[in-house]
Amino acid sequence: MTQVRDEWFRPSGNDTDEKEAVVRPSLSYWKDAWRRLKQNKLAMLGLIFLALLAVMAIFGPIFSPHSVTTQDLPNQNQSPSATHWFGTDEAGRDVFTRTWYGARISLFVGLMAALIDFVIGIVYGGIAGYKGGKIDAVMMRIIEILYGLPYLLVVILLLVVMGPSLWTIILALTITGWVGMARIVRGQVLQVKNYEFVTASKSFGAKTPRIIRKNLIPNSMGPIIVQMTLTVPSAIFAEAFLSFLGLGIQAPFASWGVMANDALPVIITGDWWRLFFPALFISLTMFAFNVLGDGLQDALDPKMRK
Amino acid sequence: MGKYILKRFLMMLVTIFIIATLTFFLMHAVPGSPLESDRNTNETVQANLERFYKLDQPLHIQYLSYMQSIVTFDFGPSIKDPNRTVNELLARGFPISFELGMITILVAVVSGIILGTMAALRHNKMIDYAAMAFAVIGISIPNFVLATVLIQQLAVNWNLFPPATWTSPMHMVLPVLALATGPMAIIARLTRSSMLEVLTQDYIKMARAKGIKPMRIVLRHALRNALMPVVTIMGTLLAGILTGTFVIEKIFAIPGMGKYFVDSINNRDYPVIMGTTVFYSAFLIFMLFLVDIVYGILDPRIKLHKKEGDV
Repeated sequence: MTQVRDEWFRPSGNDTDEKEAVVRPSLSYWKDAWRRLKQNKLAMLGLIFLALLAVMAIFGPIFSPHSVTTQDLPNQNQSPSATHWFGTDEAGRDVFTRTWYGARISLFVGLMAALIDFVIGIVYGGIAGYKGGKIDAVMMRIIEILYGLPYLLVVILLLVVMGPSLWTIILALTITGWVGMARIVRGQVLQVKNYEFVTASKSFGAKTPRIIRKNLIPNSMGPIIVQMTLTVPSAIFAEAFLSFLGLGIQAPFASWGVMANDALPVIITGDWWRLFFPALFISLTMFAFNVLGDGLQDALDPKMRK
Repeated sequence: MGKYILKRFLMMLVTIFIIATLTFFLMHAVPGSPLESDRNTNETVQANLERFYKLDQPLHIQYLSYMQSIVTFDFGPSIKDPNRTVNELLARGFPISFELGMITILVAVVSGIILGTMAALRHNKMIDYAAMAFAVIGISIPNFVLATVLIQQLAVNWNLFPPATWTSPMHMVLPVLALATGPMAIIARLTRSSMLEVLTQDYIKMARAKGIKPMRIVLRHALRNALMPVVTIMGTLLAGILTGTFVIEKIFAIPGMGKYFVDSINNRDYPVIMGTTVFYSAFLIFMLFLVDIVYGILDPRIKLHKKEGDV
């Protein structure tokens, strides 16, 4: 006969309080998005590349003993070597140093264009979406017309008139560029403003600025950030494209587009490095922003949240 | 339907009017006269030239005669080369640019759809990864870089294709390849994602259950619905390809409209800039209009008169 042991009659440890306690730390929307972005290897690769590029754009020229603008005609069109890592151009300027200066200008144009589009788009799209009704109808009609204008043709026309410089290029790129952003913001605001928590906020007496700041903007940020990451490469591309038409940043400064354009005549003679390095960095940057944008799209989509 | 088309048509006219007006006033905002040059022309010659280009008239008269020239489609003579009219340049350049653009869009659409469909059907297999890697690379490389690399490798090093001009089908291969890769990559990605979505839907399962052959399911049932997003971005792609021709024509020395446009920018030849800009814009806006109409016909679920409505 088995003996009845005391331990059989102890509490099983099935403690309901313990079971219902929150085990995992609660994740905010942004933490969750960041966690999901970290799992996307390609997007992280893009992010790391962009971080390195930014560091090199700021500090790269310091590592190089050569200056951007110093001409050294005896050493023109030299292939990459120990002294000139990326070779030299037709005026004997060091391509390595110029590549990082080019990165400064290209990234600056891209980021400024994205930032200005963002500010105008948020204000315009926000007002149209939030006010609705007649104001929205009129504002959307204006957008429809602007959207119909061929973007690059308008940019080219403006640059012909204003003359190419860093700020006129940025101005020309943003003068119709904000339309896409405004459309996205409006769509988001229209969607979010009908959610229950906005109604709840209103019923507690929240005023419009507070609703916009606390409810609308944080909840419609996802697609807006994605749009921004996609604006940067398209602005960099547009700037490179304009350089090809002779409407880019003027010498002695150079963006990647200008460097690539200057390299065209010598590519046939075999001076491949002149085109290779700026082209490589344009392509890698576009690639990095595109995969990062794709990754953010998945990470910031609330439907994907577990 | 008829009402919607009429409305879109009127919108199109308004947009063309705005771009024409914008072009006119921008060109006249440029400091200095387009007739100023290094040569010292005497005053009589200067005055005669101004009369010839109607630059001595007050601005509103110039504007009216400019609008008239657009309606009657007569853009007057070029400034740098007064023996040529803008119309002649358009008549010579446009057919070539049109040919380049149309072949490009055809190549991009057909190969993009095939690539995207194959990737979707072999989801998460080698073909899918290869196609998408190709698509990301295709989107990342600017067309002018691709064009130069193609010339350097395929034309100069391997001597497979002629490096420039536009005279035989062999001459068309490289420019079309350079211009079509980007749009093809975009179409492939879009087709893949919408195809993946369509393939999970009930009517596809139903078709499978009925024993319809996989090939027929893809072609008749899935592709039709998967292609709607592709039609939506056709307008943007067309605009991209058309402006892309500027650079491609410059690199390959193709005597199309893009070349005249770029030359006119470098020469500050205002009648040519105005003429080509207005013509290009009108053409593009007209194409966007056609894409909208086609979209409405293809997808009867879309209520045409509420297209820009709430999301």
